[in-house]
Amino acid sequence: MRRAIILIPLVVFVALAVLLAVGLTRNPAEVPSPLIGKPAPQFRVPTLADPERTIGNEDLKGQVTLVNVWASWCVACRDEHPVLMELAARKVAPIVGLDYKDAREDGLAWLSRFGNPYQQIAYDRDGRVGLDWGVYGVPETFVLDRHGVIRYKHIGPITRQTVQETLLPLIERLKQEN
Amino acid sequence: MRRVLALLALLLPTLVAAQVYSFDDPAQEARFRSLGQELRCLVCQGQSIADSNAELAQDLKREVYRMIREGRSDQEIKDFMVARYGDYVLLTPPMKSSTYLLWFGPFVLLAIGLAALLVVIKRRPAKSGISAEERERARELLGRDVQEHD
Repeated sequence: MRRAIILIPLVVFVALAVLLAVGLTRNPAEVPSPLIGKPAPQFRVPTLADPERTIGNEDLKGQVTLVNVWASWCVACRDEHPVLMELAARKVAPIVGLDYKDAREDGLAWLSRFGNPYQQIAYDRDGRVGLDWGVYGVPETFVLDRHGVIRYKHIGPITRQTVQETLLPLIERLKQEN
Repeated sequence: MRRVLALLALLLPTLVAAQVYSFDDPAQEARFRSLGQELRCLVCQGQSIADSNAELAQDLKREVYRMIREGRSDQEIKDFMVARYGDYVLLTPPMKSSTYLLWFGPFVLLAIGLAALLVVIKRRPAKSGISAEERERARELLGRDVQEHD
């Protein structure tokens, strides 16, 4: 009995140490999104290539879709770009771009220089769509199921590792769903 | 003089970056200020949007400004932000079941500490005086002038 009591502080200490150790290894820049499991916020904006045409939520429904928020001024988007090109070439799911707070000509020039992995691109000139989607650091990537519900959000550039370990399995799983 | 000018030139960008908002009445402005202090800039996480000049903080301030002008309540504005960025956008975490540990944890730890302290104090053997025999022996050893007190 006395033994057990003496051990209590040690147990408490170890528990606290484990808790703090886990907390320290988490990335504070990744804020969990409250939008996971909810339908993608409503939007309708012109496309990047053609100001006359618009794109909205209905265009994201019907199949599992990736929405990638990017901008020509975003340095990390450059790192991510080759990975997106590879992912697009696999044709597992359409990638829709959201050009965030960018100048139209800059966005277009960026794509013609590095290549275009996007099936369609929404042009969010003033960042209103980004705000509604809770975007705070480009690049960000959302995975939507066929009903247009946000199922996953990745903050920061996606890497080959992210694609292999997270995105591809998730896309496969979502495709199995009805 | 030249130095002063150079210093002023260095300050210029900060002056330009500070956006000016105009309000109908001081109460609105006060609300804008206090809301700005309560909302976190998610890019520069230790700062409120009022303290930050990051692009996102400016956007959020503009949204807060717009909603205040539209006559929305503080709660509506906070709900708007939480719906997009989660509870993390609030610098004061809300009180709910997932945050009870955060709010009450320190007091629980304090209570446990006090309880442990009380137990230890109670367990300590009561202070016992010395017996008459022992006092006699002490007197022999120390000489005659030992005062009697417990």
